[in-house]
Amino acid sequence: MPEIKVTPLGAGQDVGRSCILVSIGGKNIMLDCGMHMGYNDDRRFPDFSYITQNGRLTDFLDCLIISHFHLDHCGALPYMSEMVGYDGPIYMTHPTKAICPILLEDFRKITVDKKGETNFFTSQMIKDCMKKVIPLNLHQTVQVDDELEIKAYYAGHVLGAAMVHIKVGSESVVYTGDYNMTPDRHLGAAWIDKCRPDILISESTYATTIRDSKRCRERDFLKKVHESIERGGKVLIPVFALGRAQELCILLETFWERMNLKAPIYFSTGLTEKANHYYKLFITWTNQKIRKTFVQRNMFEFKHIKAFDRSYADNPGPMVVFATPGMLHAGQSLQIFKKWAGNEKNMVIMPGYCVQGTIGHKILNGQRKLEMEGRATLDVKLQVEYMSFSAHADAKGIMQLIRMAEPRNMVLVHGEAVKMEFLKGKIEQEFSIDCYMPANGETVTVTTNPSVPVDISLNLLKREMALGGPLPDPKKPRTMHGTLIMKENSLKLVSSEQALKELGLNEHQLRFTCRVQLQDPHSDPDTLHRIYTHLKSVLKGYTIQHLPDGTVMVESIVIKVSSSAEDPNTKVLLLSWSYQVKLSSFLMILSSPGISPV
Amino acid sequence: MPCNLFGINIVDKPPDPSYSDKYSKSQISKLYCLSGHPTLPCNVLKFKSTTIMLDCGLDTTSVLNFLPLPLVHSSRLSKLPGWVSKDGTVNLEKELKECAGRVFVDSQPEFCLPERELLDLSTIDVILISNYHCMMALPYITEHTGFTGTVYATEPTLQIGRLLMEELVNFMERVPKAQSATCWKNKEIQRMLPGPLKDAVDVWTWKRSYSMQEVNSALSKVQLVGYSQKVELFGAVQISPLSSGYSLGSSNWIIQSHHEKVSYVSGSSLLTTHPQPMDQSSLKNSDVLILTGLTQMPTANPDGMLGEFCSNLAMTIRAGGNVLVPCYSSGVIYDLLECLYQFIESASLGTTPFYFISPVANSSLEFSQIFAEWLCHNKQTKVYLPEPPFPHAELIQTNKLKHYPSIHGDFSSEFRQPCVVFTGHPSLRFGDVVHFMELWGKSSLNTIIFTEPDFSYLDALAPYQPLAMKCVYCPIDTRLNFHQVSKLLKEVQPLHVVCPEQYTQPPLTQAHRSDLMLELQPPPMPYRRCSVLNLPFRRRYERVYILPELANSLVPSEIKPGISVATVSAVLHSKDNKHTLQSVPKPPPVPPSKKRKRVIEEPPVVLAPKPLLSGAVPLEAFLATLQKHGITEVKVEETADGHILHLQAEDTLIQLEEDGTHIVCDNNEPLRTTLRDLVLRFLQKL
Repeated sequence: MPEIKVTPLGAGQDVGRSCILVSIGGKNIMLDCGMHMGYNDDRRFPDFSYITQNGRLTDFLDCLIISHFHLDHCGALPYMSEMVGYDGPIYMTHPTKAICPILLEDFRKITVDKKGETNFFTSQMIKDCMKKVIPLNLHQTVQVDDELEIKAYYAGHVLGAAMVHIKVGSESVVYTGDYNMTPDRHLGAAWIDKCRPDILISESTYATTIRDSKRCRERDFLKKVHESIERGGKVLIPVFALGRAQELCILLETFWERMNLKAPIYFSTGLTEKANHYYKLFITWTNQKIRKTFVQRNMFEFKHIKAFDRSYADNPGPMVVFATPGMLHAGQSLQIFKKWAGNEKNMVIMPGYCVQGTIGHKILNGQRKLEMEGRATLDVKLQVEYMSFSAHADAKGIMQLIRMAEPRNMVLVHGEAVKMEFLKGKIEQEFSIDCYMPANGETVTVTTNPSVPVDISLNLLKREMALGGPLPDPKKPRTMHGTLIMKENSLKLVSSEQALKELGLNEHQLRFTCRVQLQDPHSDPDTLHRIYTHLKSVLKGYTIQHLPDGTVMVESIVIKVSSSAEDPNTKVLLLSWSYQVKLSSFLMILSSPGISPV
Repeated sequence: MPCNLFGINIVDKPPDPSYSDKYSKSQISKLYCLSGHPTLPCNVLKFKSTTIMLDCGLDTTSVLNFLPLPLVHSSRLSKLPGWVSKDGTVNLEKELKECAGRVFVDSQPEFCLPERELLDLSTIDVILISNYHCMMALPYITEHTGFTGTVYATEPTLQIGRLLMEELVNFMERVPKAQSATCWKNKEIQRMLPGPLKDAVDVWTWKRSYSMQEVNSALSKVQLVGYSQKVELFGAVQISPLSSGYSLGSSNWIIQSHHEKVSYVSGSSLLTTHPQPMDQSSLKNSDVLILTGLTQMPTANPDGMLGEFCSNLAMTIRAGGNVLVPCYSSGVIYDLLECLYQFIESASLGTTPFYFISPVANSSLEFSQIFAEWLCHNKQTKVYLPEPPFPHAELIQTNKLKHYPSIHGDFSSEFRQPCVVFTGHPSLRFGDVVHFMELWGKSSLNTIIFTEPDFSYLDALAPYQPLAMKCVYCPIDTRLNFHQVSKLLKEVQPLHVVCPEQYTQPPLTQAHRSDLMLELQPPPMPYRRCSVLNLPFRRRYERVYILPELANSLVPSEIKPGISVATVSAVLHSKDNKHTLQSVPKPPPVPPSKKRKRVIEEPPVVLAPKPLLSGAVPLEAFLATLQKHGITEVKVEETADGHILHLQAEDTLIQLEEDGTHIVCDNNEPLRTTLRDLVLRFLQKL
């Protein structure tokens, strides 16, 4: 029985370092290759030694697919391809291919240049790794090899985020990456067709959350920012350079415009300009409204949002600053946070999910005293607000996707175990399908039951359709018969006669003949005719022929009559039939009333 | 195989021909050819119960018979004399005007539509669009015809196609003409007109432009597809667009089932311009390849033309003249601008203003920058930086290139001469270009450079004669030439090629150039407007799926090395053109009946048929087997074709031959069964 295996190397009952192995139809596929924000040691990257202890990964993987540019989905890519060793194809969408190397370089800089780590991937490695990338277009069917095909769907999580459908023969798996089922201000909603995969591997970041309406969330956010500005406070919004940042920028830009506000909005420099440029060039990946109006007004050209300089943090008066990274674990956002944490007029708004171990996670959990490097502690007096603007599907969205794709099995990744448990129960109850939530290194095995594609000869098929009509009557199933010829990789279903012909075989006829004696005073032809009439009356629905050569044929059964030499009243009935004859109780019928056998 | 023992002849019944006939008729694939224009095709393919329209090109050459539509009142045009037949019997001076010896219709220009009578357009299931130039007739097909199907196109094709339609509508609507000339179309009158009006065909079917409302409605039926996306149609056919390398989002199409493949090749290019390169390998193994959209300028080299374009442009500007480039708002213009971007500095044209005037100029320039996925590799790489893929962004930023929706408004105040103006329509019959013709035509300092290959430049210029301005003809057509196409066909090896008849003979003007035609073996099947072709398919197989339960129950046996067979008895289910085979359901248990019916009243039971047999029964081994089963008294008699075994104790005969076994056994069912089973041991079952 064919099997599909799913093993998370990362993101198994966890958020971070997404990396999932799938074995399907003899092919091995790696889905995502991310890093973990919560660790600074070996656990930062997926454990590739699971695949092979020594040697390169090329021999063990048929392809690697990256769902989107967030580092927890692509951060380990240069390490995997250049340091562990993988030369096979790497697939990602155009925007991901464009943006991913920039984030990787940023990640490398922070790790090597700032923290001074060695034995990390280099800029050259990022370049070499990106050379192995083959860009994917939405809905394009990419033939990885003769058997393995992949197809990308819009995921709506960040610019260029994709879900991917992986197919070998009639078996298939869908991996969602991160996705969002509700359109927002700059992206559309995730969509997939009714592809009925054997397994749907879904993220489950917000497995237990049903988020309130988007409008409310936005109003809350704007209200909080506005109040803080009004009382002269400073608002810090830690974000990743691409993704939510643009969403919130559009939101604030339109609000500032409408309310005619004057307080400055800054965006931490570096990636900003560039980031917005990507959004302009890849406008086809944004939502319909932006796409429709981009010629008249490009939503990514901001009037109120200016580039930030480090010195501005000490400026008096209210301001709003977007700063990277989003989980306050390093960089500019952390620096500003330290500066502003002591003043209760200030506010930090965390617009996304924070991984365990990060400062973002700590303050969200109510921690008010933070231990910093060098034994210093930081008193957190500013207001801490959490607004879920991460573009992940919530529980409702996940259920909606299941309804769209109609999978036979479900695997949850990229979430917390407790929350997954809850969602798993809900899925199993609502859809009556098996739902798995493997931990890292744990394998889920699903047996599939694929249909076997066969080439049927048109003659046979047409004969069948002509006899049975195109729609079979469920009450009277008609049986068709044929011979399946299995030759090398081809499977052909033909009529038995054609099979003999194609294989160059002679038919061997097996016939039976038997003599039956009966008393009948009539002449031989009369006797035959009486038999004919009798059979006609008994065997309704059969072809019965009285042939001029003095035989009666019932389908392919031949009946002849001759008189015995001694007694003209004793007739000898000669019955001859072939092995394939369908009438079993034929002799009984012959011996029925109307004709009296001996 | 006749078997003759006891004088009984059994002859196989011939198969009943009625059903094979009935079904084969509906399986014939046909091609209905609705357009005779080889580069603006419109064909309908009937294939496996689907009706697929391939492109709907609009033949706009008909507008050359009309007078230009000036944007501002032109005293020259209004003063043209009306036409009266020589003998004075026919007077059409209201409808027809004479200019430099030619007669033009003074009416809103009309287009030659695809044929609409050859088949019922409401039966069309889908329309496949290959590029934005080949969809201009779409509203005529999808609106007011009962069409309820879907149109498939790539995103750039849809967006740019929309712009071109919008532009066309705008050109027509901003200078409305009350008059609609119809008298000249009267057959009797048309006969008396001078050429080329006299020879124009089907003039009664010519139509005015559609409205924006019709455009929007037509385009709302478009479903977007990406290259290599596989789209299932009714489960019967799969369609897939392939990059054709000709323009942004341009595609060829594969239309296939599991066993048949039709390739539709429309405007394709192997030159390295801005679009993604042509996907050639996916065209392999086609049963039929429909070939349209070859270059209209088989003898003009696009690179050479580009060079000539630049040098003529520079020459005119240096001499203080203006350059007019009549062009479409998308396509080659991007390449021209890119070429000029590199050329401007070296030719010290840095201060010369370049104007692009079209109601969709801004949109076209903006849209060109956002289709990274559809561009050639070099341009994609620029987007990754991120930089705009086309350098016209920089030309605009540095104010070297300015775009305006029309000559009215800002343009009239900002306009400086000498300058270069890109504007439409290339037919010179409508659009802003008409104004520049009137403005610049009288000075020999100015130059008009034709780059679009769709219109004869002499015909285009006819209503402006006499003309002092210089005319340069550098048609740039990047589509496949005959040399490239024969190489391509050698590579992809289709079994049959269908093409417009124009491709099967050299061009009329160059009758000796046998290299300017398709020479293939077997020869291509030519079509013309209104042809209906039967496509030569030999379909022999269809895909069917054996459900797992049935598949697991099959017992294969090896019949030759590497070849196994299994007999299959199954129930066929056909739904949405998909066939599945599943196990024969077990009959429901017969409810116990108290009355014991007599056997005779039961209808005879129909059992699953027994398989066909093959092989031969070896005499010695068979005798040994008989012996094992207690049949020892066997008299063997040799015959011409084998042996007859007389089982004496049982009074039974067995005739063993190479291709048959005949058991003659009276009234002994158990014995007959035993013998049958023993014989079967030696035979293969199919």
